[in-house]
Amino acid sequence: MTGASIAAGRVEIERVHIEVGAGADRFEALHDVSATIEPGQFVCLLGPSGCGKSTLLGALAGHLPPARGTVRVDGVPVDGPHPDRGLVFQQHTLFPWQRVIDNVAYGLKMKGVTRAERRAQAEAMLGQVGLAGFERRYPAQLSGGMQQRVEIARVLINRPRVLLMDEPFGALDALTRARMQQLLLEVWARVRTTVVFVTHDIDEALFLADRILVMSARPGRLIEDLPLDFARPRSPALVTSAPFVALKRHCLELLHRGEAEVPLPRVTPLGAPAETGAAMAVST
Amino acid sequence: MNAVISPAAVDSAGIDTDTPPASGRAGGARRHASAWLAQGLSVAGFVLLWHALAATHARLGLVTFENVPTPLAALEAGRELVAGGKLGRHLGYSLWRVAAGFLAAAAAGIGLGLLIGRFASVRRALLPPLELMRPVPAVAWIPLAILMFPSGELSMVFITFVGALFPVLLNTIHGVEGVDRRLIAAARSLGTGRWQMFVQVIVPAALPSIATGLAIGMGTCWFCLVSAEMISGQFGIGYYTWESYTLQNYGGIIVGMLAIGLLGMGSSALIRLAARAAMPWTAMEASR
Repeated sequence: MTGASIAAGRVEIERVHIEVGAGADRFEALHDVSATIEPGQFVCLLGPSGCGKSTLLGALAGHLPPARGTVRVDGVPVDGPHPDRGLVFQQHTLFPWQRVIDNVAYGLKMKGVTRAERRAQAEAMLGQVGLAGFERRYPAQLSGGMQQRVEIARVLINRPRVLLMDEPFGALDALTRARMQQLLLEVWARVRTTVVFVTHDIDEALFLADRILVMSARPGRLIEDLPLDFARPRSPALVTSAPFVALKRHCLELLHRGEAEVPLPRVTPLGAPAETGAAMAVST
Repeated sequence: MNAVISPAAVDSAGIDTDTPPASGRAGGARRHASAWLAQGLSVAGFVLLWHALAATHARLGLVTFENVPTPLAALEAGRELVAGGKLGRHLGYSLWRVAAGFLAAAAAGIGLGLLIGRFASVRRALLPPLELMRPVPAVAWIPLAILMFPSGELSMVFITFVGALFPVLLNTIHGVEGVDRRLIAAARSLGTGRWQMFVQVIVPAALPSIATGLAIGMGTCWFCLVSAEMISGQFGIGYYTWESYTLQNYGGIIVGMLAIGLLGMGSSALIRLAARAAMPWTAMEASR
């Protein structure tokens, strides 16, 4: 896998309104959001739970059509899901019946790539995310962090213009999460696709992003466009530096201002309330 | 004997409840052996009790063992059946009827179930009449089956087909509806087309539920077959059982019952083995 052939990935969000839910429960999740994301930029959508950041991600992925407004990637309007816009969920969506290697190679199979070729590419991709040697495992035989790495590899093998991530490390323990953030930056340094990363964790957003789009609670609106110029590669020491802490304080104030009085339920990029309980839990 | 499988039983009945869980490697052998010993003792105790009741022609008020054959009489009837050379013929006919009815039911049940589970339009078109027929026990189809099929053979296969169809159909629908919609969304994002979605996602995701339907369907196949054979058969293990009663060969009744039990158990075990082989990942998930 080389980064050279990854396409540009300019994202244009123009006056987008999105409604989710059915019947009487229908509500406006996103209100008049506009933004342009440059090719290769790492953008975090930061906001309180239920503020519509995952909804916006769902619109970029093509799973949630906007009620008004348009989303374009490299000038082409988004009208449905496409491998060019890879989506990583908070809870992995690996196929439990496929071995790791086949999960990663899946997108190539759909493109009609030969078996030998897609295996070779999938092996290389697994090496990139540090999972060489785990090809023959089933997803259930991996830890939560490993499952997310496979999920990322499965999306990146399609060489997407945009990598869309919905709180991908939200279900991991703190240590694993920090390692995954580091790993993601390393992979991104080689792959250089545009990344739109949803999180409600200020530290995570500040550590990862070139730019943070801060959102308010329902209906979601953009309340601040915050560019970050911390040098790359970034080290874990960054999070205790004075400029980092100052920006964190600023973000905290923004989030408090944008917060709803009542905590809102999380909405997934598919438009449904996030399920809870054992069925969705990722163990070990 | 015409127990109707309720929808709840079809949906949730575990098919492996009767098998001991696969034991671990270390120390498992001894536990395994003692489990087998306990099962053997349980069967032996049951046979002894049966012998005691039958040999003494016990009368227990509501139930009497006056004409019930002893285990030894059953053994003798079994020996005669084997020596007479008819066993193979009875078994062969029954096995063919079950196999034909079951395979037809599997094909129709899985095919229809996938379409009904996935497409609301197909569901609206097909589910109402199927729902109406579902509570009708397969045995109640016998008169109509005789009228519909000129060959008695085909009418018996049809009865086993009807018996297996609904468990397979309902479990397939249930499995398709239960597919995690996030998996479908992820597959679409990865470039999966409409037809590929079936092959790559819907079928494998619904497979555990389909396998449950097949195992339950196999069981219903056997009890439907036996009732069909009792009424319109010439050969077959169900026919043999009924014939033994009319000819007052009471030991043969027991032989027929045991043969049906063993065949039903064996074919269900076969389904479970096939399902396990087809779904190696479920073992991984269970062992977590």
